[in-house]
Order: sequence, then C-alpha cells, then structure tokens
Amino acid sequence: MEILNAFLVLANFVLIPAITYGSQLALGALGVTMIYGILRFSNFAHGDSMAVGTMVAILLTWWFQSMGITAGPLPTALLALPFAIVVTIGVLLGTDRLVFRFYRRQKAKPIILVMASLGVMFVYNGLVRFVLGPDEHRFADGDRFIISVPDFKALTGLPEGVAIRTTQGITVITAVIVVAALFWFLGRTRTGKSMRAYSDNEDLALLSGINPERVVMYTWMIVAGLITIAGVLYGLDKSFKPFTYFQLLLPIFASAIVGGLGSPLGAIAGGFIIAFSEVTITYAWKRVLTYALPDELAPSGLVQLLSTDYKFAVSFMILVIVLLFRPTGIFRGKSV
Amino acid sequence: MSNGGNPYRDDRGNKDRSITNPHGSGEIPLRDSGKTSRVEGESPFLIGENMTGGYGRNGPDILHDCTIAVNPGEIAVIVGPNGAGKSTAMKAVFGMLDMREGRVLLDGEDISALSPQDRVAKGMGFVPQTNNIFTSLTVEENLEMGAFIRHDDISDTMEQVYDLFPILKEKRHQAAGELSGGQRQQVAVGRSLMTRPKVLMLDEPTAGVSPIVMDELFDRIIEVARTGLPVLMVEQNARQALGIADRGFVLVQGRNGHTGTGKELLADPEVRASFLGG
Amino acid sequence: MSETLKNTLLFATVAALIILTGFVQSWNSALFIINMGLISAIMALGVNLQWGFAGLFNVGVMGFVALGGLAVVLVSMPPVGDAWAAGGAQVLIGLALGAATIAGGILTYQKMAPGRSRTLALIGVLGLGFFVFRYVFDAGVEAIEGVNSAGTGYLGGLGLPVLLAWPVGGLLAAGAAWFIGKTALGLRSDYLAIATLGIAEIIIAVLKNEDWLSRGVKNVSGLPRPVPYEIELQRDPDFVARAEGLGLDPVIASSLYSKMGYALLFLVVLLIVLWLAQRALHSPWGRMMRAIRDNEVAAEAMGKDVTARHLQVFILGSAICGVAGAMMTTLDGQLTPSSYQPLRFTFLVWVMVIVGGSGNNLGSVLGGFLIWFLWVQVEPIGHSLMSVITYGLADDNALRQHLLESAAHMRLLTMGLILLLVLRFSPRGLIPEK
Repeated sequence: MEILNAFLVLANFVLIPAITYGSQLALGALGVTMIYGILRFSNFAHGDSMAVGTMVAILLTWWFQSMGITAGPLPTALLALPFAIVVTIGVLLGTDRLVFRFYRRQKAKPIILVMASLGVMFVYNGLVRFVLGPDEHRFADGDRFIISVPDFKALTGLPEGVAIRTTQGITVITAVIVVAALFWFLGRTRTGKSMRAYSDNEDLALLSGINPERVVMYTWMIVAGLITIAGVLYGLDKSFKPFTYFQLLLPIFASAIVGGLGSPLGAIAGGFIIAFSEVTITYAWKRVLTYALPDELAPSGLVQLLSTDYKFAVSFMILVIVLLFRPTGIFRGKSV
Repeated sequence: MSNGGNPYRDDRGNKDRSITNPHGSGEIPLRDSGKTSRVEGESPFLIGENMTGGYGRNGPDILHDCTIAVNPGEIAVIVGPNGAGKSTAMKAVFGMLDMREGRVLLDGEDISALSPQDRVAKGMGFVPQTNNIFTSLTVEENLEMGAFIRHDDISDTMEQVYDLFPILKEKRHQAAGELSGGQRQQVAVGRSLMTRPKVLMLDEPTAGVSPIVMDELFDRIIEVARTGLPVLMVEQNARQALGIADRGFVLVQGRNGHTGTGKELLADPEVRASFLGG
Repeated sequence: MSETLKNTLLFATVAALIILTGFVQSWNSALFIINMGLISAIMALGVNLQWGFAGLFNVGVMGFVALGGLAVVLVSMPPVGDAWAAGGAQVLIGLALGAATIAGGILTYQKMAPGRSRTLALIGVLGLGFFVFRYVFDAGVEAIEGVNSAGTGYLGGLGLPVLLAWPVGGLLAAGAAWFIGKTALGLRSDYLAIATLGIAEIIIAVLKNEDWLSRGVKNVSGLPRPVPYEIELQRDPDFVARAEGLGLDPVIASSLYSKMGYALLFLVVLLIVLWLAQRALHSPWGRMMRAIRDNEVAAEAMGKDVTARHLQVFILGSAICGVAGAMMTTLDGQLTPSSYQPLRFTFLVWVMVIVGGSGNNLGSVLGGFLIWFLWVQVEPIGHSLMSVITYGLADDNALRQHLLESAAHMRLLTMGLILLLVLRFSPRGLIPEK
C-alpha cells in the first residue's frame, strides 16, 4: 500500500508533468531539428516564433470567446489552433521570403543565417510585446480536470490521488497525433521523401529535379504547425509570457542536440530526456520517499536535488554529459 | 580568402555544429534559366561546342575551345592526364560552369542558357563523381527520388533498373549509405536512369572501386548504351575506358588533344607514348 | 571618399547625435549615453575579438558581464563579519567538498577501466559527494542568510578599492571562459554556441538564487564608487562656487561632474583595450589567428595548435566582457541579478559588432556607441511617433493608450530591423574589415 501511495505521488508530481512537458519540448525540438536538417542552421528565432504563433491563437481565442463560441469542456484555444497555424504559416513564409531566401540564393554560409535569425528574433520578440505586452496571460478555459485528486480518492479510496488536468491530456494526445502524422509524412509521402533527400544531399536533390524552394516552403509550413501547437499547448498548460517563450530556446535546443541534431526521432527522445531530468532533479522527493522507505529512514529535509530555479542548469548539464560521451547525440544526428 | 569575396560566404572558419550544419549543403548555384532556341543543320545528339570558360565570373579559364560530343548508341569517353579539365568539360556540358564562349546543343536545341536543373528536365541524366546517392534514404527511395520530375507510373522503369542491377532489388529496403562502393555506384547510375534521360553523363563512375567491380560496371554501361541511350563518361582508367568507347576525347590542359574512336586512340603512338604509358 | 574620411564622418555623426541629445534633452542624458556607450564599445570589442578574429560564436556574453558585476560586490563591499563567523568557513568547506567530488569523479573515470563497474563507481562517488556537499553547504548557507537577512544576509566582499574589481571581473570571466572553452572546444566539432548560451543562464541563476553570495533578487546596493558622490560635491563650498561661476545649478553640476569622472575612467579603459586589440591584430599572433580563421586545415598542417589558439582568444574576449560588466555595475552602483536579460546583454552586443563591422575594432567601437544611442532613443522617438499617429484619437481611446504604452517595445523591433538591414545590404558592417 505504501509503495502504491509512493507511486501515486510520483505519478502526480513527476511522471504526468514530465510527460506533458516532454511532449511540448519534443514538438519544439522537432521544429529546430527540421530547420537544422533542411535549412542547415539553428534558428534562434524559434522561441519567439512559438510566441508569435501562440499570440495569434490567444487573440483568436479572445475573439471567439467574445462571440460566445467555446469548445465546451475543452479549451477554446483548440478551436483557434487551426486558424492560428494558418496565420503562423503566413508569418514564417513571409519572413523566409523577406529575410532567408536572399541568403539561400547567395549560397550563404549557415552562420550568416544564424545571424539573420537573431534579427528575426528581435523583430518577433518586439512584435509580441508590442501587441500583447510583456505580461503573463492565461487563456485556458473549459473544464480544468479530466480527473481531480478528490475524484480520484473518492473513486479508489486511496489516501493519495492523481490529477490529470485537461491541458495535460490534450497535450499528450495532440503530441502523439502530430508526431505520428509527421513521421508518416516524412517516411511515406513523395514530398516528405524529397525533404529528406534535400537534407541529405542538396546538389543531388537539385539534379533529381527536386525544387529547393518547395522543400523549404514545406519545411516552414510544418515548422509553423509544430511550434504553434507546441506554444499553445505550453501556454494552456502553464501560461503565456513572451520572455518565458524566448527562454524555452535553451531546453528546446538542448533536446534537439541531445537527441542528435537533424534526427526527428532524436528530437522526441531528447525532449523527454530533458523534461524528465528537469522535473526529477528539481522535485522535492520527501513525500515519495516517506511512503517508499521504512519509517526510520524517512527523510527530514525536502530531498530536492536542486532548486527549481536551476532547471536550465539541468538541461545544460544533461547536454554536456551526453555530448562528452556521444558527440553526435543519442540518435547520431548530422552534427559530426 | 576562400570565400571568393562574397561576404555571405565568409564564415570566419566557424565550425560550431550546435548551430550550423554543413552536411549535404550544395555547391550548384541557383540561377534562373535563359531561353533555348532550335538550331538548323546537322549536329551530334549532344555536343558541347568550342567551350571556353572556368568557375565563377572572374575565375581563370580552365577550358579552351574544347568540343565534346556523343550520339545515340554510342559511348563517348573523356580521358586525359590529371588536371586536364576532364570533369570540368563534363560540368560545362551540364551547365555548372560559367562559359564565356561556345554552346551546348541537345537534340538540335541550344540549351546553353539553361540551369543544371532545367537541363535535367530536358533529358540529361548526370551522375556526379562523389556524393552521388542519398545515403540516408533506402535504395528504393533513391530510385524514387531519381524519378521526382516524372508524374507518371515509374514502376516499369524501376523494374528495368532492377533488371540491370539485380543486387539493388535485393537491397532495396536498405539505406544506400550502407552499401559497398560498387553497389553505391549502381544506385547512382540507377537513380539517374529513373528520369528516362535522353543522354547519360557519368563523372568517373569507377573512381575508388576494385578492378573486378570496375569491369562489371563497364559491362553494365555497355548494356545501357546498347539500348540506344548515348553515354558520355569521364574516366581515369583510360586504357579500359577507351577499350569500350565508340568515341574518345583526349584532353590536354583544357584543349582537345586527340579525338577519334576508342580503337584509333589506343593505336595512336602519340597518345600511347604521352599518356597511356607506352 | 577616402576610408579615413568616411570613418571620421561616421564617428562625427554619432558624436553629433549625442551632442544633439545634450541640447534637446539634457546633458545628463547625453553623458549617460556616453558612459554606457563606452562600456558597450568595450563589450563589442570583446565579442569582436572572438568572432572577428577567430570565428567563435559566443552567445553567452550576458554571463561574462554578470560575472564582472559579481566581482564588484566581491571586491568592494565590506565583509560581513557576523556572517563569516556564522557560516563562512562551512560554506567554503562545502564548496571544497563539491570541488573534491568533481575531482574524484574525474579521477574515477580516468583511473578505472571502462565498464559497468566504472559507471557504478562514478555514480557512487558523484552521488555520495553531492549529498555530503549539500549537507555541509546548505547548513552554512542557512546560517549566513540568517544574519540580518533584510540588511545583509550574505558574506559581503573584501572591502578593497572598487577599481580593483574591474581586473578581477575580467579574471572571473576568464576563469569561466576557460572552463567552457575546455569543454566545448575540445570536442570533435565545437559546441560553443549552445555551451555559452547555457552557461550564461546558469550564471544568472546562481546570482539570483545564491543569496549568501550575491543577495539574490534582494540586490546589492550602495556599492562603493570611484568618483565623488553628488551629495558631497553639493556640500563642498568650493564646488558650489565654481559651478555658480559657470552659471550652473550646483545639483546638475554635481551630477555632470561625477558622470564625467566615470566617462574619463571608462575612456581610459576603452583606449587601453582598443590599443591592445589593434596591437594584437597587427602582431604575428593576430596574423596567425587570421591565418587559422581563413584556412584552418593549412594552419593545422603548419603545426599550429588551433584548439589552443581558439581557447586563448575565447578567454581573452570573455575577460574583456567581464571587465566591461564590472564597469557597468560600478556605474549602476548596485548589482541587480534580475536585470540581466539575454536580448539586452548578449544579442544587443552582437548587433553592435555586426552593424559596426565584424573583424574591425574601430567598427565595434562605432557600433557600440551607435546601437546604444538608438537603444536609448528609440523609446522616446517611438513614443512621439505614436502620439503623432494617434493624434486624431481621443486621449482615453483604448487603441491610442495601447499604442502609447507599447511604444517602449519598439526598440526590440528596431534593433532587429537594423540588424537585418545591415546584414542584407552591408554585410561587412559600417566599417568593414581591411
């Protein structure tokens, strides 16, 4: 019984949050890894692109709410999501047309594109703050819980409970669907294969009649979808704040690199590794251990390895450790 | 500086792989094609005529008044000592060079102004010397990508490629990068055949493969040529290549040194003395 | 137009803009722009050394700047005796134990044969060491933070002259850079960008959370100053008399006087750094750096140790950023860990370097001043612009209010646009590398 309780506490405070956060990071990291694989640079504007996508979704959500349109028990933002993706696709394609395409035509070195992405980062960041301000916004509505702790306790009669918030459930389900669709697309469709071919060997793709501009266009479209979904899910689960989204850049980059840059599978694995490390290392284990250990060994302190303020340190340490032992990341990305 | 004066090409020697990815990046410049025109009169099926030019607008000329041609059913081979401009001549025919003089005709049409990718659409199949397969894609996906410009049913062509290279059928679900050197070259040739080209251009197809594999590859190339497809090929192994060639072009310092049938060139004492080692 | 003339004109334009600020706004604002411009120029020189000379992409400038800020606290603040007595020794022992744990881990890894037993031993050493470290360290921290937590609650510094903190800031930054460079440049291909990005966040997290060291978000204020206090000047009859002789209000005069004192000090540092950087550029060392940058393979074939050179230049550049960070905290008079934001302290410096001209020291100086000027002035300009645009709207109109409030965020947008435009149309920057 004690062990069961320990597991329930663990599930409630570690497993479920980590799986949720991991799904969000994985979606973000997939975007980074696709841009890295196909456009061949790390996009520093990624976090802020996510903020732009989420901002559009929030504005649409408010508009829907003002018209009395809601999704019942689900957050209204889910209704806004498809439209937000379309707008974000427009924003990213417009940015590519105005900024990045020129450098591609010049056959610019990737580092120049990185610098251009710094400029885009500033612009997006300013844009989001200009429209929504620098403050926090919560835009989740509908039912808060799929199952709440009191319900769970009443249902099972156990002293400890597990809560699953609606946003957590939506995050995981959406992430699974999106990832499955993406892998199907890349592995089975002609366009998906042409994107992999272009990433593998640009010149040969050209000689095979694959149009680079189309490949790049599809990449931005997919990335726009991924980041808008990731951003909205993260915002629903926690809250939206421009600076937080900018800061997500580090764990997202870390996830993509840990998994192996350029490898979609690696991005997903990396996202979960980073999320689980962050949550477990910054979680206070006192309650779990009190249940799991015999009374005489029960801890007196919080048993928290690091304070939550050091969560970035955790992503970074995991990154360094992985790179020291496996310089190309777990799934052997292209960064040899 | 190695960036050729283009500030966008200057990375200051940065090698940071956490933000930049050189893997698979291309060198073929993206440019817009000009117009093509019909040309009156008799000319070989594919001919690069009086080609003069080099890399970059201001680069030195590598080719000087060089002419390369091939007709259906023929194998034409470009040979010559190192640095003679063999690969350059082929790249010129394919539009990867800035030509100052001369023209390229394909099937009676002047295609000199076309970009490489538009030449592919016109029916030129090109197999580069290196990086000529998609290593992370399976063999079958490589062939599929080869046929990317086609929108009809490609299964017949794929069967033909598999008939020509049976080993590829066996390994069709394997990543092409895992294959041996000779098998990779088969994938490369197979990929370019998938477009059903009107002419096949091979840049040193036997570079780095063993003599046995080389003989087998040559057999396959002869087989391809017998179907009526003109084959233009650059070769390092001059003796063997001239042995199967209907036409041979011996280049010397970017110029046509000797031209003739493969047999004539092999018998020419001057060619033998200067370059086939007696 | 000759190059010298063009460069002189560029610098004259920036000078004119700052002088205009003096006339239109106030000389206090103009001096503030000059002081921060000097500091920005030094930061830009540091980054330019890394990027311009060696192609190293450092996106952790913020971390080095913050370390410089920490140095000011550690050097110049008076030590808190009670806190040292309460837990100083214990914290130091704790830190030593932490270091010993890491050393033990490395030793285990190096001495034992690869295999499962090594992995287990490594985990054992690190895990046990970590708990011992936390046990000793946490108690010490608690004791220190308990001592007058509203007033001090930290160990304080060494009580040395504040100017000494500037070189110390450089040393702290250099130490961190050595550690990062050793790890990130030693790998088969480098990972400097992500490493610096991560370490910078960690340094800020440490400053924010380790109250015993830096008082965390409670800030350390009242840092000693290398120039006289305004209030003292105002009490000095001689000063008041002289100010009135010049027709100036003593309060304004005192503020200008101390700001000019800072400006002179900063100028001296900038000139020294600039002189050193120019000397380095034209020395055999500088030529070698450029040879490596332009053709690493050839340089390696000639027997140059490329990684060691890269490490060297990375440490030097970071140290310069550390010095600049110490200077900035001295100017502010307080250490505010939560004020360190990557956009402002890392990426803005990059805008300065790129706009000024990668690889050109004078370009970095120009970029530092120009971009800082714009960073400060875009906000009021944006505000007036918005007032004009929304002129027709009523004062309580929601859109007008939103636009006026949001004008502050125009500066990020503007910096991005400037960077993009320069990168696109003048990729070598305003003063290109020769």
